[in-house]
Amino acid sequence: MTITITEAAANHVRNFLQNRGSGLGIRLGVRTSGCSGMAYVLEFADESEEDDQIFEQHGVKVLVDPKSLLYLDGTELDYTREGLNEGFKFNNPNVKDACGCGESFNV
Amino acid sequence: MALLQLSEPGQSTAPHQHKLAVGIDLGTTNSLVASVRSGKAETLPDNEGEHLLPSVVRYTTDGIVVGKAAKAMAATDPLNTIISAKRLIGRGLSDIKSLGSRLPYEFQDAQAAVPRIITVRGPVSSVEVSSEILKTLVKRAADSLGGDLEGIVITVPAYFDDAQRQATKDAATIAGLKVLRLLNEPTAAAVAYGLDSGSDGIHAIYDLGGGTFDISILRLNRGVFEVLATGGDSALGGDDLDHVVAEWIMQQAGIEQDADHAMLRQLMQIACKAKESLTEQDHVVIEVSLADGAVWTGDLSREQFNILVDPLIRKTLAPCRRALRDAGLSAEEIEDVVMVGGSTRVPRVRELVGEFFRTEPLVSIDPDRVVAIGAAIQADILVGNKPDSDMLLLDVNPLSLGLETMGGLVEKIIPRNTTIPVARAQEFTTFKDGQTAMAVHVLQGERELVSDNRSLARFELRGFPPMVAGAARIRVTFSVDADGLLSVEAEEQSSGVKASVEVKPSYGLTDGEIESMLKESFEHAQEDMEARKLREQQVEAERVIEALTAALADDGEELLDEDERSRVESALHDLQAIISSGTFAEIKAAVESLEKRCEFYVERRMNVSVRKAMSGHSVNDFE
Repeated sequence: MTITITEAAANHVRNFLQNRGSGLGIRLGVRTSGCSGMAYVLEFADESEEDDQIFEQHGVKVLVDPKSLLYLDGTELDYTREGLNEGFKFNNPNVKDACGCGESFNV
Repeated sequence: MALLQLSEPGQSTAPHQHKLAVGIDLGTTNSLVASVRSGKAETLPDNEGEHLLPSVVRYTTDGIVVGKAAKAMAATDPLNTIISAKRLIGRGLSDIKSLGSRLPYEFQDAQAAVPRIITVRGPVSSVEVSSEILKTLVKRAADSLGGDLEGIVITVPAYFDDAQRQATKDAATIAGLKVLRLLNEPTAAAVAYGLDSGSDGIHAIYDLGGGTFDISILRLNRGVFEVLATGGDSALGGDDLDHVVAEWIMQQAGIEQDADHAMLRQLMQIACKAKESLTEQDHVVIEVSLADGAVWTGDLSREQFNILVDPLIRKTLAPCRRALRDAGLSAEEIEDVVMVGGSTRVPRVRELVGEFFRTEPLVSIDPDRVVAIGAAIQADILVGNKPDSDMLLLDVNPLSLGLETMGGLVEKIIPRNTTIPVARAQEFTTFKDGQTAMAVHVLQGERELVSDNRSLARFELRGFPPMVAGAARIRVTFSVDADGLLSVEAEEQSSGVKASVEVKPSYGLTDGEIESMLKESFEHAQEDMEARKLREQQVEAERVIEALTAALADDGEELLDEDERSRVESALHDLQAIISSGTFAEIKAAVESLEKRCEFYVERRMNVSVRKAMSGHSVNDFE
């Protein structure tokens, strides 16, 4: 079970955390909602839960709860630019199909 | 797949429910859009990486062009290229005529409240021009954020009156946008620096832009910013700094004053570049290609530059001094000075402003972007992307709102610096017997007399039942929404007759007038006081005359003989004679004397009415 984060994404996370002034790291997760079953959660993390798995890479802590990890195993978190828009991208090998916009997905 | 942003813990949104909100700095020369992404507020660039959008709109037969491309054509197609629309927004034709010499446009000669500029695409108003700028920025934001916007926050100068605020909102409505809030520019700058979450205190916002200078003194009081004073110079900015440098180059290079336009434009550009370089460097080499093909080379040191621009920078300190005086403060009481506007990058500006306010100015946020960033932070809070613990920023109404009462006096209903949204009500009554209608005249300003304040609206409450003077109870409610826009309702309490008005203010007040309204109210405090006392006494005298005349008509014949009647009438004449020309004391004395001289008549009337009421009853009936 593993989650990876690219250097570009890590740089941005560090930057955002520094700007925010506090925070342990970031939390990745999935929720059942959205038009295609599952939706990603991407939040600042202020504290870790007992069951959390913590992955640290490029100086950034990524917290994932065990249930979400099932759906996220092998995911790489990247930061990219598409046209004027920029943001985080989940490269998740578990996804079978996603809704048109890709905000929610099925495994 | 869609790109995601970091949210605050527990604030992740469901798919397709991102609450996207932006802040827009709708400026006179340049406009900007900013948003909060992953907890960080930043301005959004266009696809060429430019953050600033020149506030220029060009109308052509093929379409509408906004920004840099439009600005480039300003010189060749001046009639169809609208620059500085912000100076016109919410203004009437008469104001625009006073700006006329500086504006190259042709106006439709109409009596309409909103003047229109004639272009090849037909007449357009300043509101429509501003709406084009908003559309361009919002399109950029939607592309950058990957979705439609929930709402926007637009900043306006602190001295904008209701007409100008309403017109700004109209521009957004035309562009199909939901305005969450209009925010004062200095307040936005203070928010960008997080001053709203700091301790209570007084802050100065020094805004030196391309063509205008504004100073605002704000007080933070329990999370609310009050505008204590504003001031400025609407014709002083970075362009003037360039101008003195250009003149220096001309002098040094021996260029004649009557050089052609191309040469002057080249000089202004070189001067501007030199100014910018001197922010980082101690001296700069200037090269000018002269008309005869030769190249002149000179060296401008920062010291020399400082000497050139010093008089201009010192000119900004006079309004600062005035604003402090208006607010009743000394420079030491200012906690922070926030620098806004590109011209505050000039080190000498920072130095002199720092000296003046005796504090190191805040400069860490790009002064061109700080207002938009503050607006974005506010927008983010307003759409609910922040945990509840972050308090909502409140604003205040900049000028008092009230209505006209008898004698041309102003009764203030909502005093200046009241936090908004707010609703206040007050009861009024009738002045004449049998009165069935009342005019409500809504006013804005600090002065005591109607004629010295700004008229916002008039409406009439009609059709309530006739009653004796003073018996009707008319409740007038003033409400100001979160954007500082006013609605007024009047209701006669016994009959429930109602009338109301949404203030679509009559256009027609210049910048200078708005700014000076506050100042005047301080300067004229004493004479206003006297004027109010006098008018109140006059109204009292009129009321006495009104009542006495009515009484004479009613039972004068019956109760008074010839001699008594003439005594009452002469007392009445004496008061009438003095009412318009007398002083406060004279009128007061005349009213008192009349009351004395007519005492017997009043007594007699009283006895008659008591007798009437009691006749036919036994004493027992009254127990």
